[in-house]
Amino acid sequence: MNERRQLAKWLIVLGVLHGVIACAGFFAPYDPLEQDREHPYAPPMKLHLTDMQGHFHLRPFFYPFRVREGSVDQYDEDIARATPLIFFADRSAYRLLGLVPCRLHLFATSGERVFLVGTDGFGRDQLSRTLYGGQVSLLAGLLGAGITLFFGLGIGAAAGYYGGWRDEVLMRLSELFLALPWLYLLLGLRAFLPLAVSPLEAFLLIVIVIGMVGWARPARLIRGVVLSVKERDFVRAARGFGAPDGYLLLRHILPETSSVLLTQATILVPQYVLAEMTLSFLGLGVPQPLASWGNLLANLQQYSVLVSYWWMYLPAVAMVPFFLTYFGLSSALQEWATPHK
Amino acid sequence: MRFMLRRVAHAAFLIFGASILTFLFASLAPGDYFDEMRLNTQIAPETISALRARYQLDRPLPLRYLRWIDSVIQGDLGYSFSYNSPVRPLLWVRARNTFFLTLVATLLSWGLALPIGVRSAEYLGRFPDSLISWTMAALLVIPELSLALGLLLFAARSGWFPTGEMVSVDFSSLSLVHKLQDLVLHMTLPVLALVLTALPLLVRHVRAAIADVLDAPFMLAARGHGIPRHRLLYRYALPAAANPLISLFGFSIGALLSGSLLVEVVMGWPGLGPLLVEAILSRDLYLVIGGVLLSTLFLVIGNLIADLLLYWTDPRIHADLVAK
Repeated sequence: MNERRQLAKWLIVLGVLHGVIACAGFFAPYDPLEQDREHPYAPPMKLHLTDMQGHFHLRPFFYPFRVREGSVDQYDEDIARATPLIFFADRSAYRLLGLVPCRLHLFATSGERVFLVGTDGFGRDQLSRTLYGGQVSLLAGLLGAGITLFFGLGIGAAAGYYGGWRDEVLMRLSELFLALPWLYLLLGLRAFLPLAVSPLEAFLLIVIVIGMVGWARPARLIRGVVLSVKERDFVRAARGFGAPDGYLLLRHILPETSSVLLTQATILVPQYVLAEMTLSFLGLGVPQPLASWGNLLANLQQYSVLVSYWWMYLPAVAMVPFFLTYFGLSSALQEWATPHK
Repeated sequence: MRFMLRRVAHAAFLIFGASILTFLFASLAPGDYFDEMRLNTQIAPETISALRARYQLDRPLPLRYLRWIDSVIQGDLGYSFSYNSPVRPLLWVRARNTFFLTLVATLLSWGLALPIGVRSAEYLGRFPDSLISWTMAALLVIPELSLALGLLLFAARSGWFPTGEMVSVDFSSLSLVHKLQDLVLHMTLPVLALVLTALPLLVRHVRAAIADVLDAPFMLAARGHGIPRHRLLYRYALPAAANPLISLFGFSIGALLSGSLLVEVVMGWPGLGPLLVEAILSRDLYLVIGGVLLSTLFLVIGNLIADLLLYWTDPRIHADLVAK
């Protein structure tokens, strides 16, 4: 029972984290592409509850930034113009979950803009970009893992079920893919695909590339499961009754692979999120102006950005809870699958 | 002997397969160099087909592969368009740096993982073990990219470590001691990033392997004989647990090699990583192919060394072969 509770706990945390990213439009105060040329590289603003006279305000407020005389990226708080946050306000339009047209934001301001975690060089809100960027990175991870598991399942099942020369060829091929250093393989594959493409095409391209690289490990695990399941009595009985191969595979054998598939998914998703980030970080993935965690971090490749604007590092921190949850989930799943250890 | 031959044959197969794979990627990719020419109305289609024939792009794939592999075996990896030089010397310098970095990181991470893992297994579930497990779990969830960037941020802000490149500009004018010091300072951050990402997995496996062995009856007997703790752990338990760890050693080389690509780019280490990324961005395909092949070669050789180590340390493999 305890394993089950652990599992439920991690699933809930994972659901909440993904929910926040999926509803990025609601949690983000601004559109990720909206620029504010008055505020390039503005540092995170402080929210206050007490004003200069020491009066307490229930509604958090902030002092908008004014560029310091004679500088480009140094700001002072403009104490004269305290601006309160407005919660659940109607502002810029977005599509909730990419579908439902919506205008409601968790918080917004009227007049002055608030940058809770600062802005980038174009004055784009880093919080909004990190949230929206998470959508791209996580979606790439999830879709990539889906593709990998699809191929892994197909190849593993074919190798395990049919055996013989098919098994031999497929397993040698998988050894090859396992032997190649995966990041080099990823880059090698990416190298031969077009570079200058639209953001959507680039996204699909890297999802496919990432998904194609990692099929070998799940395929081998699934082959092992299929090999053992296909000799079990219920499968032999069904075969004795004249069940065709397709039916046997779909109805009897593949359902047995579900726990391997699930554990592999929890391992693959964070790995692929990282792969997307790596590619985008290197400039081979999702291009600007679309935000992804990887290309947000790419700003840090400029030394001046790295030294002066620490808040550009935020996306690197944002993914840690996701990794933590996925690792927690995968170990909970493993314990759940083998209860008497 | 037969075991070694089989492993070498397997390694050769992997390299051969990798070469076919990279060649296929390169050839099946949409478009070739002459597509752009075709758009130019001033160049007659006959000229283009003549050029294609001259570079033998009109031949069938297997033939082209054979010619290519022939030249690769002779040491000619092609020509880099953007560096305007043959690929081999370019790769050679960078590969040496990557090899150096990976080697140091591999040795250091194993040098740390073994004592930490052994200690952890010794105190399984008690104080040092719980602390180590938590630390390793924390390290595990920090992705490589975050870690490398974080270390870089730290270096840039504190100014304690030089950032970027392998040596300082005035390296050649330094004395030997200062040269060494300079190199070590430059290496610290990339090596640290690699070691910290590799460590959690290694420690976990060392801990599990040793903990398994510590329960064995022969360990109890050895303890009963009053063999001192240190000798017990490192002379009795470790060799008995070495088998899965040696296989892991081969795997860890691959992981560190992949990891070093990213770390090199982030930290500006002049290895294969930055070269490969630049080559991809400038469509310098021979350089890319060479880089991928070379990294595979590293990895396969690493695995081969692990296999040979296994052969050397595990008498069961000798015995199996003799029995046959």
